This record gives sequence, C-alpha cells and structure tokens, in this order.
Amino acid sequence: MSDISLVAALWWAVIVSGLYHGLNPAMGWPLAVSSALMEKKRTALIYALAALSAGHFMAMMVILLPFSMMTTLVYWEREVRIGAGLILIALGIYLLVVRRHPRILSRVPPSRLALWSFLVAMAHGAGLMLVPIYLGICAPQHQDAGHLASGSLMAGNIGTAFLVGVTHTAAMTLAGGALAAGTYFWLGLKFLSKTWFNLDTVWAVSLIVVGFLGLISTHG
Amino acid sequence: MSIRPDPTFHATAKLAMAAPVENLAFTLMLSPDGSQPDGIAVVDVDPKSKNFGEIVSSLFMPNKGDEFHHFGWNACSSALSPLTGHAFLERRYLIVPGIRSSRIYVIDVKDPMNMKIHRTIEADEILEKTGYSRPHTIHCGPEGIYVSTLGGGGEDGTDGPPGIFIMDCETFDVLGRYEMDRGAQDKHYDFWWNLPRDYMVSSEWGLPPQFENGIVPEDLLSNKYGHSIHFWDLRGRRNIQTIDLGENHQMALEIRPAHDPAKEYGFCGVVVDTTNLEGAIFTWWRDEDGKFHAKKTVTIPPVPADADDLPELLKGFSAVPPLVTDIDLSLDDKYLYVACWGTGEMHQYDVSDPMAPKLAGKVEIGGIVAKHKHPNGKEFGYGPQMVEISRDGKRVYWTNSLYSTWDDQFYPGERGAAMVMADVGENGGLTLNKDFWVEFPDGYRSHQIRLEGGDCSTDSFCYPSV
Repeated sequence: MSDISLVAALWWAVIVSGLYHGLNPAMGWPLAVSSALMEKKRTALIYALAALSAGHFMAMMVILLPFSMMTTLVYWEREVRIGAGLILIALGIYLLVVRRHPRILSRVPPSRLALWSFLVAMAHGAGLMLVPIYLGICAPQHQDAGHLASGSLMAGNIGTAFLVGVTHTAAMTLAGGALAAGTYFWLGLKFLSKTWFNLDTVWAVSLIVVGFLGLISTHG
Repeated sequence: MSIRPDPTFHATAKLAMAAPVENLAFTLMLSPDGSQPDGIAVVDVDPKSKNFGEIVSSLFMPNKGDEFHHFGWNACSSALSPLTGHAFLERRYLIVPGIRSSRIYVIDVKDPMNMKIHRTIEADEILEKTGYSRPHTIHCGPEGIYVSTLGGGGEDGTDGPPGIFIMDCETFDVLGRYEMDRGAQDKHYDFWWNLPRDYMVSSEWGLPPQFENGIVPEDLLSNKYGHSIHFWDLRGRRNIQTIDLGENHQMALEIRPAHDPAKEYGFCGVVVDTTNLEGAIFTWWRDEDGKFHAKKTVTIPPVPADADDLPELLKGFSAVPPLVTDIDLSLDDKYLYVACWGTGEMHQYDVSDPMAPKLAGKVEIGGIVAKHKHPNGKEFGYGPQMVEISRDGKRVYWTNSLYSTWDDQFYPGERGAAMVMADVGENGGLTLNKDFWVEFPDGYRSHQIRLEGGDCSTDSFCYPSV
C-alpha cells in the first residue's frame, strides 16, 4: 500500500470508529432522547448531544495529546507504537475478563452528561482505540524532511491529534445524533430496546484487534 | 449476560402496559410462629389455564423464623438507561429478605416450576458490612440492588439508625451503606425514586422494638412511630429535605411516585391519625425550584363499632380505623389502590389530578368487624393488605396478612392465608373475581405478590411515557 492510501485508510478508520462509538447506545445517544422527552423541547436533544460530544472529545484529547508529544521523539517512535498497541491489547483482555461496569459511572448525575460521556469513553478505552490509528497517521515515513524538525513535528502532531479527535467525535455525534433524532421524531422508544445489542465482547475484541494492527504496523 | 436486553424491560411505563400480560404470580408465604420454614408460591393467574388461581409450584427455605415480608426483582426496566451500565441483566432472581432473621435469599426463578436458592446472605454479613438489620424493600437502580432496612446494629436493632444498603447486581455481594449524609432520617420503611430527575423519597415505620413484638400502644398514642418523609439526592446519596407530615400521622409507609418520570409527584399512605383514627393519603410534589411539598389529599374515616366486637387494642376507641397499610399506583398513573386493612376495604382512587383524588371504585372483603365474605362464600381472614396491579391495569391482586404479631393483635386467632383478584372496569370500578381464590398450605399466611415480567411496585422507568 502506498503511503498516501495508507494514510487515507487510517483516516477512514478514525471515521468508522467514530460511527461505531456513536451507534452504541452504551455511549449515550438514548440519554439525548430522554432529555428531549423530559424537557419537552427538541433543543434539549441538541444540547444533550453536544454535552455527550464534548465529553467524548475531551476523552480523545486526554489520551491522544500525551502520545502526540511522545512521537516528537522520532527515534523511539517504534517503541511508542509497540507500547500503545500492548496497552490496548491489555485493556481489551481486561474488559473481556472483568465484565463489571465501574460503579463510578452510575454515580454521575444525569444532569452532567459531558462528565459521564468523558468517563464512559475513558473506562471503555474509546480514546485508546484511536492511538494506534493516530500514531500510524503521524508515522515519520509519512512526513517530509522539513516536518521532521522537532519543533514543527510537535506542532504538527498536536494539530493532527486535534484533527483526529474532531473528525472522530464528529462521526460519533452524527451516528448517535441520527439514531437519537430518528428515535425521538419517528421510531419511538420501543426502537431502543429492539436495537440494543450487547457489544461488550465485540468492543473488547475490537480493542485487541486494533492493538494488534498497531503492533503489526511497526514492522512496515 | 445476554446479547439482547431482557424482553420484560421497557423504556416507558406505557410500553410496559402494552407488553404481554402476566401468567404467573409469585406470593410470599410465612409461618407466623416460625414453626415451619417460609416459602414462595407460584400462582397460576392465566384465566385460560385449568390451574387458574392454584399454586402450581413452591419453594420452602432451609431455615425457620425468617418472616418473609417484602421482596423484589434483581433487575428491572431501569437497566435500559445507559447511565446504569447494566442493560443486559436478566429479570431472573427474586431478592427475598427475612424481616425477622435479617437473612436474604436470592432465588433463581428462571424456571418458575423449579425455583432454586441461588445464594443466601446471612444477617452477620449484612450487619458487618452495613451496620443494618431487618432488610425490607428491594429496588434495582443505578448502582445495583438497593435494600432498605428497618433496623440498625445491636441486639434489638437500635444501635444506630436503619437505612439503605447496596448489593452488587451480578454477584449479589453486599457492597455497603447507601447514605453519605442522612440528615434527620432515623427510621425507615419504603423508598422509591425518579431516576432521570435524580431524587429518592423514603418513609418511616418504626424501630424493631416498636414492631417486632406487636404494635406498642403507648408509642402509638404518644406519636412515636414514623411520621416524616425524606427526600434524597439519589446519586449524591444525601438527604436534601425532610417533611414532617405531622406527628399525629403515625406510620408513613408506602411511597409511590408517578411511574412517568416527567411527572414530579407521588403518594404516601399514612396508617392512622391518632387524633381521629383516620387513614390518609398524602400527595408530595417537587416545585420548579426543586423544593418538595406534601399535602393530605385523601382521608378515610374510621367506622364506629361495638367495643365487644373489637380486639383488646381497639376496645377503648369504639371504632375500627381503616388502617391504610398498602397503596399501589397503576402504570398509567391513573388509579391509586388503597388497602384499608382494618375496615376490610380496597379503595380505587382516580388520581388523574394527583391533588384531588376521587373515589372511583371499592371492594369490601374481610375486616375486623365487617368480616365481608368473598363472592365464592369463603371467609377472608384479616383485611386487604399487600396489593399488586397487573401491568395493563386491568387486574388487581391482594393478600391479607400484615405482619405476624400485628395480625394477632388486630385479628386474634388464626384466620388463614388468602389471595384474591379483582377486575377493573373500563372506566374504573372494581369487582372481585369469583373464580380466583388461592388455597395456601395450612399454617401459613400470605404476604407480598410479584408478577412475572414485572409489576407496578417494582419497575422504574428512565424515559417519559409519551
């Protein structure tokens, strides 16, 4: 695969994982429906989605920014990518074995949706899932010589982390928002229990898969 | 853990009303003198079945002296909120506390014809981890299974106030106390909540020395039983307000919030007013500033009676108090059922306007003096007590025992267990079903009822009915 098409594929991965997170009821779109119904206002749907998005975006940033700084250490870039892949695989295995949901999540009041969305994305490794993809996009083989100068590399990497976070969150909001609006305006709440599938196993496995892909990419 | 949400979980109360009707009911049986182990009876409530109204299966415990009182499901419709993180639990286990032994049984009823004890939690474990005893009401909620208790620590359960503790909803481990700050709350009975609005309401009966050996007349006449309701920041686990209903309003028991969480009101039944022996219903509500209020909206007067017809406890009053011991609200929040255990009446109030309930139907059965018979001609010992409404609101079931030692004071002598059912008319009204009469094993009394697929006094909904 050429570098350009690889980078394009990685950007698609950012978008697809965003859609995947958005469609998962466990990431919160039913709460936007509930908000709009409780307040009897359509705008409440938008506010709730905005809060869920803000929390999700913050979680992406909290995870991606430290890695964006680490990749300025171009000489250890491979080690960073291996480390990130291993962390992701470890979290996936942990989630497979320990099926319990952290109690802290159920202690967040329904009025603090952004905080809840942030914590749920952190607890489920939604941000970590983006790390190998992000590291692939920032890999030095995709950079020209000018950008490899450390100052511009750092600025570039932070910018890329930001862009990855924004793109991913936008896809997540679009998918979750479409389901929330569809449920609120047309489908009704019966749709909620009809379409909710247990993604716990799929989720944990997808963390492991992305982790492995991250590891394999270090041999490229 | 399953792949799909349990089909008995419904996003809204309205969807639960449209779900398939119940075919089975689970009824608690207790041995009032502790001579036999307590048990659970499975009653066939399918009118098309040849076993309609019969016990088709039962499970008895390995211990004696538990005194079963209230119980509940391990999981309910509240699991459909992403905030709880438990969407894939099954409504499979009944959590059954022994109010006298402080022991809790977790009963697997996946196959109701072959129920099994899944786990037993001993009193010592509960006391050690929470400082509480006499477990009572069960609700499944955000952090797992919430259990209210009537007793604190020490020999007689008065070493510290009673409260609520939380159990893990998968392992059933006792996790610890709920309260971070209980404020004025020092007695307990029932509790329920509004999940999206994030508040809880709790009520008060009395401490164990005030109920275990029977009602204490001196405490009642000096207004020492509970008469306050407490409001809590549910997830913050803090008391935010306490409303004293007035010290003459003795025993504020059942808390029934509107099922639709968009409505911010509910009801509380008061057993007896010591100034005039009335029973009462209070409506409580939250205003736009978040402050709670309560107002008496129903009063039920006592019925004059000849002292000779009355038990020792009531002779001096020459009247039978209605004794409002249980209330239940239909899933459409339209009808409130009120059990008048003393006078032997089941009232149905139209509470479409919660501030102005209207009597819409009434059934007379049992009673201290009235002793109304069932339409099938059989004696109904005691009075209407624990009441449960079918999800569709068309059938109302109830049993007749209150609490062993209290049964004996108000209704001396053994009167037998009963469970009956009444049909609800299209526009209200209540008629006893002639064909429904459950025969229980000798020496047992009947208590709370749970319905297959969920019921009106356990399920909590996270989305408004629209």
